[in-house]
Amino acid sequence: MRAFRNLSIRQKLTVMSVFASGTALLLACAAFLAYELITFREGMVRSLAIRADITGTNSASAILFNDEAAAVGTLAALKADPRTIAAGLYTRDNRIFATYVRDDQKEQVALPLHLADQTDGHRFEDDGLILFRKIVFKGEPIGTVYIHSDMTEMNARIWQYLAIIFVVLLASSSVALFISSRLQRSVTRPLFHLVETAQTVSREKDYTVRAVSDSKDEMGILVSAFNEMLTQIQIRNVALQKSSEELERRVIARTQELQSANKELEAFSYSVSHDLRAPLRHIDGFADLLQKHIHSALDEKGRRFMKTISESAKQMGCLIDDLLAFSRVGRVELHETVVNLEQLVKDVQRDLLPDGQGRQITWNIGPLPEVRGDPSMLRQVLANLINNAVKYTRHREEARIEIGCDGSNSRETVIFVRDNGAGFDMQYAHKLFGVFQRLHNASEFEGTGIGLANVRRIIQRHGGRTWAEGAVDVGATFYVSLPTRKEASHDD
Amino acid sequence: MMTELKRILLAEDNPKDVELTLTALEEHNLANEVVVVSDGAEALDYLYGRGKFKIRTGNHPAVILLDLKMPKVDGLEVLRTIKKDDNLKTIPVVILTSSREEKDLVESYKLGVNAYVVKPVDFQQFVDAVKELGAFWAIINESPPGSVRKTKK
Repeated sequence: MRAFRNLSIRQKLTVMSVFASGTALLLACAAFLAYELITFREGMVRSLAIRADITGTNSASAILFNDEAAAVGTLAALKADPRTIAAGLYTRDNRIFATYVRDDQKEQVALPLHLADQTDGHRFEDDGLILFRKIVFKGEPIGTVYIHSDMTEMNARIWQYLAIIFVVLLASSSVALFISSRLQRSVTRPLFHLVETAQTVSREKDYTVRAVSDSKDEMGILVSAFNEMLTQIQIRNVALQKSSEELERRVIARTQELQSANKELEAFSYSVSHDLRAPLRHIDGFADLLQKHIHSALDEKGRRFMKTISESAKQMGCLIDDLLAFSRVGRVELHETVVNLEQLVKDVQRDLLPDGQGRQITWNIGPLPEVRGDPSMLRQVLANLINNAVKYTRHREEARIEIGCDGSNSRETVIFVRDNGAGFDMQYAHKLFGVFQRLHNASEFEGTGIGLANVRRIIQRHGGRTWAEGAVDVGATFYVSLPTRKEASHDD
Repeated sequence: MMTELKRILLAEDNPKDVELTLTALEEHNLANEVVVVSDGAEALDYLYGRGKFKIRTGNHPAVILLDLKMPKVDGLEVLRTIKKDDNLKTIPVVILTSSREEKDLVESYKLGVNAYVVKPVDFQQFVDAVKELGAFWAIINESPPGSVRKTKK
C-alpha cells in the first residue's frame, strides 16, 4: 500500500484502471467458466445416460437368457468410447452379471459385486462420473447398467478455457493500459501544469505567472482558485513594496531633514564658540584696563562694580563653554570598547578638583564590573558624579563617599555614587538632570548646572538610565545603569 | 645691552582683540615689533610682498599669530597657503582663536600648524597666554634662517 501511495498520479491512475478492468474481466470469465462447467456436466450425464440406456436395451435379452458371453460382448462395444473406464451389468437382485474395464485400468478399478439399490442416478467422483440406469423390459425392471466414465474431456475443456481466459485477460489488460494511458492525460495534464506553475512561483517568487485551464471540472475550479490566490498575493506584494518604498523615501527625507538640522546646529554652536566669546573677552579685558587706568580714582564701590563686571563676563564664558560641551556630547560618535570602571574611578580620584584636597574624605569603593561603552564619555560621567559628591560634602567634617555596583542582571548593570553631603529634596528629583537646573544656591555651591545633564545624555546614548535618591542634609545617591547586552544607542 | 628681537605678524580682524593683544605684548616690550593685518588677504599680501606691502624688506616674520575667523580669506586658508609654499612653510604659525571646536583643531594640525591657542575669556589669563606666546616664539625660539633679526639698544 505504501508503494502505491508513493506512485505518481499518472501511475496510480493507470494501476487503478488496469486493476479495475482486469478484476471485472476476471469475474466475468469465472462466471462464464462456472456456467460452462455446469452445462458440460449436464451434457455429460445426458450422453452417458443415453449410452447406458442403449447398452441396457441391447443387454436385456442376454440378462433374460442368462447369456453372460453375449452380455460381455455388448459391454465391449463401449470400448468405442475411450472415455469409458468401466461398465457393468447387474441382475434384478443386484448381483454382478457382466463387466467391462478399459485395458489400462484393469489393475486400478474393481466393480462392486452388489449394488445398494436399483434407482437411476449418477454421482461425480474424483476420477470421473458414475451412472446407474435400470434395464426395463415390458415394464418390468430386469437389471441395472453401471457406467464409469473419466473426466479427461472436461479437464481438457477446462484447460482450454483457462488458456482462453489468460489470453483474453492479457489482451484486454494491454488494451486497458493503452486506453487509460490515453484517457488519464485529460486529468493529469492540467494537474502537472498546476504543479509546474506552483513550483515556478515558489522558486522564482514570481507572482505574475498564471496556471491555464479550459476544463470546467474540479481541476478547473482548483486552477482558478489557485490563480485567484496568486492575484491576491500579487496585489499584496505590490502594496507591500509600495509602502516599503514610501517608508524608505520618508526615512531618506527625514534623514536629510535631520542632517540639515544637525548641520545648522553645528554651524550655530560653531558661531557661538567663535563669536559669543569674543565680546566677553573684550568686556573683561577692557574692564581690567579701565580699572588699571583709573585705579586711583575708584572708590570701594567702584572697584566692586568693576569686579562684578569681570566676574559676570567670566561666568558667561563658563556657561558658553559648558553649553558647547553639552551639545558636543550629543553629537560626537560613540567609540565603544570594554571599559574597566575600577581603573576609571582611580583615574578620576587622582585628577580630583582642588575642592577635595586637604579634606577628610573616607572612600568606600566596592568591586566594579567591566562594561561596554565609550571610555572618555564614561570617565566624564564618573568625574561629574564623584566631583559632585566631593563638592556637596564640603560642609561635612568627615565626608563619606561610596561607589559601588548595585547588582547587575541580564539586562543592565547599575552603578551608584553615594555621599553624606547636602542632599536634596526628593520632590525636586526630576529636575536634577535638566540642563542648567540647580537645586542649590550658587553662593553655597558653585556650578553651572550642566554636569548631571551631561551624565544623563551620555548614559542615554549608551542606552542606559539615570536616577537619584536623597534627603536634605543626609546625603544623595546617584544611579546610572548601562545595558549589559549591546543595544542600539539612541538620543533623546 | 644687545637683545635680539624678531618681528611678529598678527592677523586679526577685530580691532579690540588687536588692542588687547598688543597690550599684552607690551609687557614684554614686543608691541613695537608687531605688524598688524586685518584679514587673511592682507596677511598673504604681506608675506608675498605685494599690494600695499610692496616696499616691505625681504625677510620673513619670526612668527605669525593667526586668527581663524576673518573676512575675505580665513585663517585656515592662510595656513594652507603658507604650508604649501616652500619659501614660507618654515615660518612658525600660531593659531590664536576663540574656537575650541575639535574640527578646527584637527584641521589646523593637519595643515601643519606649530601651535594652537584658545583665547581665554579671563583677561588676566589672556594676557599671560599672549605674553608667553610672544616671549617663546619671538625670543626663546630659534627662528629659521631668513627671518628678521633686529638688534635693539
